[in-house]
Amino acid sequence: MDIKVLGPGCKKCEQTAKIVQETLSEAGVDAKVEKITDLMQIAGYGVMSTPSVVVDGKVTVVGKVPSKKDVLSWVKK
Amino acid sequence: MEPINEKKSCCGSDQDGLSLSKTASEGQKPLALYLAGSSILLVAWWFLYTNLLPMAEFITEVFARIAGFALQGHLGRAISFFIYETPKVLMLLTLVVFGVGIVRSFFTPERTRAILAGKRESVGNVLAALLGTVTPFCSCSAVPLFLGFVTTGVPLGVTFSFLIAAPMVNEIAVVLLYGLFGWKVAAIYTGTGLAIAMIAGWTIGRLKMEKYLEDWVFQIQAGSLGSEEEPLKWVDRIRQGGEAVRDIVGKVWPYVMLGIAVGAGIHGYVPEGFMASFMGKSAWWSVPLSVLIGIPMYSNAAGIIPIVQALLGKGAALGTVLAFMMSVIALSLPEMIILRKVLKPQLIAVFIGVVGTGILLVGYIFNFLF
Repeated sequence: MDIKVLGPGCKKCEQTAKIVQETLSEAGVDAKVEKITDLMQIAGYGVMSTPSVVVDGKVTVVGKVPSKKDVLSWVKK
Repeated sequence: MEPINEKKSCCGSDQDGLSLSKTASEGQKPLALYLAGSSILLVAWWFLYTNLLPMAEFITEVFARIAGFALQGHLGRAISFFIYETPKVLMLLTLVVFGVGIVRSFFTPERTRAILAGKRESVGNVLAALLGTVTPFCSCSAVPLFLGFVTTGVPLGVTFSFLIAAPMVNEIAVVLLYGLFGWKVAAIYTGTGLAIAMIAGWTIGRLKMEKYLEDWVFQIQAGSLGSEEEPLKWVDRIRQGGEAVRDIVGKVWPYVMLGIAVGAGIHGYVPEGFMASFMGKSAWWSVPLSVLIGIPMYSNAAGIIPIVQALLGKGAALGTVLAFMMSVIALSLPEMIILRKVLKPQLIAVFIGVVGTGILLVGYIFNFLF
């Protein structure tokens, strides 16, 4: 799995990256989690509020911190 | 006057997000339960609110007897003000934030953009300012939002109308002004704030400033979201209202209490007209000075209200104080630094100039009228 956390580096964005990383390592999923802080790239995904999460190239969360349950649901797919 | 950096450090708070995956609605209680729960809370709210004055008076009297101070003395008046105003303003804030939380669930930034794209300029400016007040927004999302708007056909001036209105006219400012200074001040603030957003945005649009956007803005191929937005269920909307209360009221209550405590102190101790000589109507230079001091300062509505209350209470003129409050909330140094990534310095200067002039006019008009 390839996960990108979009956010210019505010508190909620850090939180999002942490939750995603924690949940995935707890579930033992092999995934690449990348933080994207470059505004140009963020805009390229078409999101207008951060933090946002892109899972395997698809924008999955916009403008909120996902819960662990949300993160696990991406794994099942 | 230490600028307070609090709400603006947020980024996409819990209540204003949308989840594109389905998990959010799993294992939910039925809507009827939510409706019943909300109705019971509303009735309880109404009962408490309508009986607040006698209850506060009773508590103050008991308190005065135990602590041994005179109700009509300085301390007595300050304490009775505090005991009545604190629950009143917090209750109002809770109700309005709950309502606005539900309203906001209808206006995501994506939907607002869809409404604004392709609108004619004048109509667009009016709509953008109005939508700015109800669309969830925080300043660290300002750049992605700005790019999202401009690159998909929302005119530059219309985008600015939105960016000006969003932080300036919001439910916290309106409720606090209503609770502490009455509905007239709240209405004046809302009306003039919207007018500034509309007119300043329109002016920036007229000035044809597009060439002062950073060049890379035009190279962006803004993607659009791959999946369709799922319509929210009412259960989710009510829940978002509740989350908004937890998030916003949970964050601003210390400022509210501080504001009321300052107000209580003024109510009990400070002689009338103390500030009149510096910030009164007769001092014409006080309006531009207030705006100049306010521009680099950085605070949200909840943080600035204690200062506003102190100034008004000591005899400063309404227009001067409103101008100060607006320039603190609408224009700030950190916001300019963020926007510098997409705007060239000339456009930032025009933005500050146009909005600052609007605020200045509002200050003078209200000093003249009241």
